[in-house]
Amino acid sequence: MGGLVFGAIYALVALGYTMVYGVLQLINFAHSEVFMYGTFAVAWVFILLHGTESASWSLGEAVPVLLVALIAAMALSAGVALALERFAYRPLMKKNAPKLIALISAIGASFALAEAMGLRDRFAEVFGLDDNLADYVAPGKARDVYSSPVTIREHDLFTIGGYTLSDVDLVIILAALLMMVALDQFVRRTRFGRGIRAVAQDPESAALMGVNPTRVVQLTFLIGGLMAGAAATLYMMKVGVTRQNAGFILGVKAFTAAVMGGIGNLRGALLGGLILGVMENWGSALFGQNWKDVVAFVLLVLILLVRPSGLLGESLGKARA
Amino acid sequence: MTNPVSNALRSVGDAWDGVLEGYKRQNIVVRIAVLVLIALFFYGLPILRPPLITTNEIDFGGVMFQVAAFALVAVGLNIVIGYAGLLDLGYVGFYATGAYTTGVLTSQHGSWPFFLALPVAIAVTMVTGVILGAPTLRVRGDYLAIVTLGFGEIIRICVKNIEWLGASAGIKDIPHPNTIGPKAEPPFEPGGLFEIPRVEWDGLVPHLDKDHPVHFLVFGATNAIPYYWLILTALVLVLVGDRLVKNSRVGRAWEATREDEDAAELMGVPTFKFKLMAFALGAAIGGLSGSFYASGQGGYISPDSFPLLLSMLFVAAVIVGGSGNRWGAIAGGALVAYLPERFREFADYRLLFFGLALTVLAVWRPEGLLPPRRTRRAKAAAAEIEALEEGELDDELEETRNV
Repeated sequence: MGGLVFGAIYALVALGYTMVYGVLQLINFAHSEVFMYGTFAVAWVFILLHGTESASWSLGEAVPVLLVALIAAMALSAGVALALERFAYRPLMKKNAPKLIALISAIGASFALAEAMGLRDRFAEVFGLDDNLADYVAPGKARDVYSSPVTIREHDLFTIGGYTLSDVDLVIILAALLMMVALDQFVRRTRFGRGIRAVAQDPESAALMGVNPTRVVQLTFLIGGLMAGAAATLYMMKVGVTRQNAGFILGVKAFTAAVMGGIGNLRGALLGGLILGVMENWGSALFGQNWKDVVAFVLLVLILLVRPSGLLGESLGKARA
Repeated sequence: MTNPVSNALRSVGDAWDGVLEGYKRQNIVVRIAVLVLIALFFYGLPILRPPLITTNEIDFGGVMFQVAAFALVAVGLNIVIGYAGLLDLGYVGFYATGAYTTGVLTSQHGSWPFFLALPVAIAVTMVTGVILGAPTLRVRGDYLAIVTLGFGEIIRICVKNIEWLGASAGIKDIPHPNTIGPKAEPPFEPGGLFEIPRVEWDGLVPHLDKDHPVHFLVFGATNAIPYYWLILTALVLVLVGDRLVKNSRVGRAWEATREDEDAAELMGVPTFKFKLMAFALGAAIGGLSGSFYASGQGGYISPDSFPLLLSMLFVAAVIVGGSGNRWGAIAGGALVAYLPERFREFADYRLLFFGLALTVLAVWRPEGLLPPRRTRRAKAAAAEIEALEEGELDDELEETRNV
């Protein structure tokens, strides 16, 4: 079941990649850092509301704090995503720069964001903030693992065919599915959703029909950021620790999930994420933990060989109204 | 984006373009002389140790070796990305393959001399390139990017988990290349053919420093400069080859494939074959650089030497420099390797600034530092057409007004 849980988280992060790709045809490499900032927001909220003593709560006790954490994570992630759009992408879009250059801009931004988080104790020093890092991070070692003080105890609910499902797992899977469905409906039903699909299909015609492409791109980054924040909260529920480079490998996995399902396709991201999570889990059970990532990538290659445009190779723009 | 800073940056860029244009107008003798002078300057760089450029915190020769290794990789990757237009995010896999082949043959399971292992390493990497390319080159664009990314990661995890390749402990004691001239036998016999003193700068006044001489062509742990010369020579040879290939039928086929794959296929270019060739050639150069890296000063490699991040840096090097232009690739590779080392004083902040610099550079000069001639021509043509269209529109407007 661990596979499904991580699959759901991959899928949520993958949404950010797939939406930006659908609209801009651009791999937003810095999206993994957007996710990473979300995980830190969760850790900070736990510390602010609970203090730095560690405790072990059951899911019921943690719910109010988790909700606040969810809001904070979504807000911070969305903020970072919007800033990214404003400073790393919009100037390039205006100049009609080649796609590859936007990729470099993204890689640079990704570096800078991860490093900024790695140096957070220095910045806190500069601004004279005594934030709650001291108990967790030795001076000058802000790159170390940063954990939320509250671990959430899992209660097993039931067992199916040897797989045990805990309440935390269930909440994560349900929450992820709920957000997916909500987003899917948003893109299909609302005016903004129609705008996104229009720009994905043909930015110029969309602009002529009165859609503001800049606004749509902003909205896309905003939604991607919100989803990454939600994924960060779920990730912290399950894992409980983060690092300044926590986003990197998860980002690569999420991008793999997006490509596997057919990049630019929301439902594809969901399918890709779940398949990736489950297969990874089986793979590590079969070949050992060390080979987990190899299983994920070999699977990706195999799927792309059979279906070169992903499992549901249909783009955001072509999604039926 | 019209503020003083961006305007100033743009004028620097335009001035640089002017220098390039001036160079193009010279005749062939002058151009070759300029190239030779530039090459001599780079061979002498670690001995001249010019102020401002020289790194204080870390051995300058070692930095220059890394810079040259990066430039070599960038030239190889430029064939794949710049010429053939295949976005390869797993290039570090080839770099690792070259390094590990050398490691296995010279230290882990054999004791071959370095220069015997080198061609084998290149061949093995080339074969790896074909093996990876044959199934994956059917997918295109960003799908290819993620498949190659996966490949880079697969190689790293494999070497990390296979005992035969040293697992996570890595391979150590990879032998140095053979010394030319008398063998070095410390503490009495420094070896080498002769000694070269290095230049030390006191402010802006140079003087010779005889305490830190370079023993000519002694490859050992004490001095990185001979390695730098070795890799620089390899770079020059690769550049000559690169020029020959680029100007041949193969190079034109690559460009056709990059610009429009379907059109090229319809015109009778077997695009798959040429893409595979670009992949294999690029891989071989990556393997060459990896091989040098393995037998460099430290003589030690481990899976951690080849993180996925390195792949991103390679791609960044090519594109920052101007994808499709071999000099651009060299400049980009040198810059990407050099900047973080130069600013080691700000040890903790250097990667942050590096990231910011990449973004700023991308935004400031989207076509790279040295864009290829074709891009510049296309840009000029586009500007001309635009100007014409606007002019026509203005004329029409005036006509309507007059009526």
